[in-house]
Amino acid sequence: MSTWIDVCDRHEIDEEDVIRFDHDGKSFAIYRSPEDSYHATAGHCTHENVHLADGLVMDDIIECPKHNGRFNYKTGEAKGAPVCVNLKTYQVKVEGGRVFIQVG
Amino acid sequence: MGSSGMVIVGAGEAGVRAAFALREQGYQGTVTLIGDETHLPYERPPLSKTGAEAESVRPIVAEARFAEAGITLFRGRKVTAMDTAGHTLALCEGDPLTYTRLLLATGASPRRLPGLEYGKRVHVLRTVEQAAAIRQVMRDGQHLAILGGGFIGLELAAMGRALGAMVTLIEVQRRVLMRGVPEPLALALQTRHHYEGVNIICGVGIQAIAEDKASVSIALADGRRMDADALVVGIGAEPNTALAAEAGLVLENGIAVDDHLRTSDPDIFAAGDCCSYPVAAYGGRRVRLESWRNAQEQGNVAAANMMGNAEAFDAVPWFWSDQYDLTLQVAGLSDGATSTVSRSVSAEAEILFHLDADGRLVAASGLGPGGAVARDIRLAEMLISRRAHPDPAALADPSVKLKSLL
Repeated sequence: MSTWIDVCDRHEIDEEDVIRFDHDGKSFAIYRSPEDSYHATAGHCTHENVHLADGLVMDDIIECPKHNGRFNYKTGEAKGAPVCVNLKTYQVKVEGGRVFIQVG
Repeated sequence: MGSSGMVIVGAGEAGVRAAFALREQGYQGTVTLIGDETHLPYERPPLSKTGAEAESVRPIVAEARFAEAGITLFRGRKVTAMDTAGHTLALCEGDPLTYTRLLLATGASPRRLPGLEYGKRVHVLRTVEQAAAIRQVMRDGQHLAILGGGFIGLELAAMGRALGAMVTLIEVQRRVLMRGVPEPLALALQTRHHYEGVNIICGVGIQAIAEDKASVSIALADGRRMDADALVVGIGAEPNTALAAEAGLVLENGIAVDDHLRTSDPDIFAAGDCCSYPVAAYGGRRVRLESWRNAQEQGNVAAANMMGNAEAFDAVPWFWSDQYDLTLQVAGLSDGATSTVSRSVSAEAEILFHLDADGRLVAASGLGPGGAVARDIRLAEMLISRRAHPDPAALADPSVKLKSLL
């Protein structure tokens, strides 16, 4: 069973930025792209246990705050050393001005 | 005689990265990586960091990936001589190896005080074995003395306290982190170490160090003396240049390379802790960096240029240190700065921006819990690399997004 979880108001995330969202013992990173689309990935970098919400969003890329590992946050694709394992991504929808992610 | 191709001497962060970068960039010939340690190449930063990661060796890449990438890895093999005219290396055992292009990623070695026996009660830190020996004394009731208030010394002090040891840290200079870290942040870290119970002694020289079966005794220049169960000497590192020197390569605080990471021999490159390079962002000033990210980035660029590309290495120096829950990050070189602007990120996190006389941002340094300063330091690094002259008032105002200044 998948469930849609209410994350936040869509304006709580700046354009080309990321926030942390914790739910049910799991941590996520929720992104708003420069084109105003919303995306979600696992919260922690696949290289080391560092939260991506402290990282920098540039276009489609989230850069890990510790070692500058880069991922495409829309696809989860790892963009090369030091990261080689892709990020898990989650479905996102915006309804009534609120951002939801699909978990489970 | 081994086959020609790309040969990399040194299987640390820079050497391993270069080996894989050659493949990522499409190099089809042979790639040989020679390391003098017997382990699978491993990450060094965790060796001095608190936490579970310090308990085990963490490989840079999984063993299978070397074979998958067609990289021949020699472990526990020393290169004993280099014939640059003949493009040949002699190894401590086995056949000589020829190279088409060579990368020296030989790293650095901890500086030692003379006249001491290392490995029993007196230690330096570079390898996983040395880290394990130091951790042996990091437990309740043991007294660990550390000479040197640099990153290695301070990170080990934090680790020692976390594991229950008594820790005394002696720094000959008047404060810790004199090199490369601005005073306010260094003092904030020093205060935190005091709070955590580290006995920090600054501004006092060492008179004598003597070791017996039970302890190592340290006599300070001001007459104080102390006994410790072990002493770590963390007074910096020297680039490993013996091979390069013997081959007649130009040295200047390490193996001198140009902005393409090429040594004075056109077929030999160098990367990582062993080399000094001209930093474009600072008018070509030559620096040698001992940092994880520098090793990675230089490994990438060296690989590209070994393949005949002409990629300039123009990264802004950057490093980090973890102590307790605090992370320090520094981008750029602050010694040319004439003014400093402070931005308070939160009650516990602060960033200092260092500007030169023309108002150009030359460096930024930040200290805070976890990733609190990371994003802004990364943005500052971009500003530094673009030779930006940001408005100091905007830098000081936490409500102004640094991204908006790009």
